[in-house]
Amino acid sequence: MISLDSRSPSGPIDQQWSKAKFDMKLVNPANKRKYKVIVVGSGLAGGAAAATLSELGYDVACFCFQDSPRRAHSIAAQGGINAAKNYQNDGDSIHRLFYDTVKGGDFRARESNVHRLAEVSVDIIDQCAAMGVPFAREYGGTLANRSFGGAQVSRTFYARGQTGQQLLLGVYSALSRQIGAGKVKMFPRTEMLDVVVEDGRAVGIVARDLVTGEIKSHSAHAVVLATGGYGNVFYLSTNAKGCNVTATYRAHKKGAGFANPCFTQIHPTCIPVSGDYQSKLTLMSESLRNDGRVWVPKGAGDIDKRPSEISSEQRDYFLERKYPSFGNLSPRDIASRAAKEQCDDGRGVGPGGRGVYLDFADAIKRDGESLIRERYGNLFEMYERITGEDPYRVPMRIYPAVHYTMGGLWVDYHLQTTIPGLFCLGEANFSDHGANRLGASALMQGLADGYFIINYTLGNYLAGVTATKDLAATTTASFRDAESAVTGKLDKILGVKGKRPVDSFHKELGQIMWEDCGMARSKESLTHALEAIPKLREQFWSDVTVLGSRDSFNQTLEKAGRVADLLEFGELLCRDALVREESCGGHFRVEHQADGEAKRDDDKFCHAAVWEYVKDAEPVRHIEPLTFENVKLATRSYK
Amino acid sequence: MSDLLDLTLHVWRQPKSTTPGKLVTYKVKGVSKHASFLEMLDILNDQLTVTGEEPIAFDHDCREGICGSCAIMINGRPHGGQRGTTACQLHMRFFKNGDEIWIEPWRAAAFPVIKDLCVDRSAFDRVIAAGGFVSANAGSAPDANDVLVPKEAADRAMDAAACIGCGACVAACPNGSAMLFVAAKLAHLHHLPQGQPERGHRAAAMVTAMDAAGFGNCSNHYECEAACPKQIPRDVMAGMNRDYLKSAVVHRDRENNSDGT
Repeated sequence: MISLDSRSPSGPIDQQWSKAKFDMKLVNPANKRKYKVIVVGSGLAGGAAAATLSELGYDVACFCFQDSPRRAHSIAAQGGINAAKNYQNDGDSIHRLFYDTVKGGDFRARESNVHRLAEVSVDIIDQCAAMGVPFAREYGGTLANRSFGGAQVSRTFYARGQTGQQLLLGVYSALSRQIGAGKVKMFPRTEMLDVVVEDGRAVGIVARDLVTGEIKSHSAHAVVLATGGYGNVFYLSTNAKGCNVTATYRAHKKGAGFANPCFTQIHPTCIPVSGDYQSKLTLMSESLRNDGRVWVPKGAGDIDKRPSEISSEQRDYFLERKYPSFGNLSPRDIASRAAKEQCDDGRGVGPGGRGVYLDFADAIKRDGESLIRERYGNLFEMYERITGEDPYRVPMRIYPAVHYTMGGLWVDYHLQTTIPGLFCLGEANFSDHGANRLGASALMQGLADGYFIINYTLGNYLAGVTATKDLAATTTASFRDAESAVTGKLDKILGVKGKRPVDSFHKELGQIMWEDCGMARSKESLTHALEAIPKLREQFWSDVTVLGSRDSFNQTLEKAGRVADLLEFGELLCRDALVREESCGGHFRVEHQADGEAKRDDDKFCHAAVWEYVKDAEPVRHIEPLTFENVKLATRSYK
Repeated sequence: MSDLLDLTLHVWRQPKSTTPGKLVTYKVKGVSKHASFLEMLDILNDQLTVTGEEPIAFDHDCREGICGSCAIMINGRPHGGQRGTTACQLHMRFFKNGDEIWIEPWRAAAFPVIKDLCVDRSAFDRVIAAGGFVSANAGSAPDANDVLVPKEAADRAMDAAACIGCGACVAACPNGSAMLFVAAKLAHLHHLPQGQPERGHRAAAMVTAMDAAGFGNCSNHYECEAACPKQIPRDVMAGMNRDYLKSAVVHRDRENNSDGT
């Protein structure tokens, strides 16, 4: 039975973090080096945590599956990072960022965590600037800001369209400094395949060296997972190909509660699927909707016509029609669902009818091509490179795609999972974004967790652990059992010797997830998915083919292990979506709507759902009730 | 005109670093012109898998030109030679039906082949670990607006910081030099006030690490600039040479204090 004590501090919300920091136990500087910490993942959260813990003096080992920590998927974030600096003098404050985040998350996040995130947001910008992140500047040399969805202030800091890249390179440089000084031992091309738990505490991991294939145990006083989200359960997403659920799902199977897996975010503006060979989807920044108008033909008979042949009377600017006050800048979940409706109605454009136009013709006419080029030139170029179409001449075609996952391992205020000594940071945990994440908040959360929170809360945990006595030997039964389970699973995959390549299963899983548990979910569709996924899983284990061996560089074997986990995890996601009989944020149950809009049920579902794994039986659902004492529960409206 | 291509591919196959490799010829049929180059390799790999031949190993991740994982020589050009384009963003519409395509890994002494098209680029990480950072512990920073950065300096820093660390510059260089990569990192930090205190030490340490990693020297071919998918300009190298020379004159080693603690 898992315990869900959030350990949120008491007292006024704006004093909770200060109080918590003071109440936390400390490890004396001379003793820190005696504590060994494993960090899995080297993105904004993991890389920052590894660097910061090392700067404090802890003995840190960091693992990533990529060939270098600089390639973690944080690198692909485009738009920016929020912080409540109020440099624009436009009324921003910590409380406003807190308020916007709780409301944007459709009241399904924990207030205490969100407030702390807003508080430390200001320190993040200072730290990044000091490390040489080349943020955009005004002519006077101060930092520039822009605005993003869900906010009425300009609080987003950015580095052109490559904010994630620049923040990650900052983290990577800090981490590299510790690696060069011999204080962090880095394990690139190494994949964590299990967490080892002994006497109820996380004491290490089992990992596979992806070059040699060697499977090895690593022990530590604490383990930190910062392994990103699970968007690739849908196969096609804006995530990198390597993104996976393996680390968090295997931790879940070792006892870590998994919270709100059904909270997934679909981003409205991505380049549509062009064929069955498609391997991933590319995001077109939300900022384009400032000037682009979204439309489809009014009549289904016009979908094959060239857009220039369709007069403005024959066009349906559906976002402007449905949401006159927010128009083309309606929030992500709303805009995505509206686009899907048009396509379901047979009025989608492009291959397979799964696309809507994002048209810049009016903006070009109004502002001139050169101004539009200045604003969006790099995005237009990227679009043309992928589609071969020139968006200055013909409208872009866009369609929603899976982008981010708000669900993740349940963590308390200390970012500790339900397994003592196992912590979880960044997108991999569930804590801050509720049912919908606001733009430019993912980078903020990753860095907050890694630079400014885990250093306190991990110290508090380690202060209660004896450095000499409590470092497990990697020869104990729990390590050996975990190693043989990992080895056994890989051998089992290699032993199937079927006929179907791994990707064919992943694609089929993605289709089920997208059709049955994507932008719109119903009891019927989810019930279908819950029947289809176990069948597909069975086929995987009887018909997958993976060539090569376990003790060599074998990318297909890596992929197969991840897909095997996604085939189990997808079922958990659908189960969570089925039980949550309400619509909130990115989770839209067609049965629960009012006038076509999401309808929350605060009486029954104002809680985080936390799933406990039970071997050979159905998982058990626990709840952490959410209370809103500082932001009043209200219905979002954008009409 | 058909949107499908039939292609002949000559692909470098090498089981591991210690065994010799060779070009192996494969036919792949019916590839959509709208597919990306890596999707074409996915199709070939599925084809190989069902016929019992191990798929071709190649590094890739984001597939949107920013992570720097992909590292493929296509017809003798890093990333295929399309201006400002990584291999993952190269699309098959740039090829014709019936084309023959030669696909190889990066070739450089400092980037040993791991398998097929995958190479070991950890030498880049070692160069950064030697000095490619500002020593600023988390929590020690002043308010971000306390240090003003002229817009032009920030823009020029960002131009250089756009490097994705893919290694195309090294692969393109006849000497296997990493000058453009190292110089881009130095230019990024040295255009900013935050990069000034450690400037001399940084240049010396990174150049020393670059030489130790086995990269060659620059002899002004500028193939690196032509191959760079992020179009980093070659003039960053002049700045690097200046910093390095200056550090050789005035630099005193910080006696193993490079961790900054």
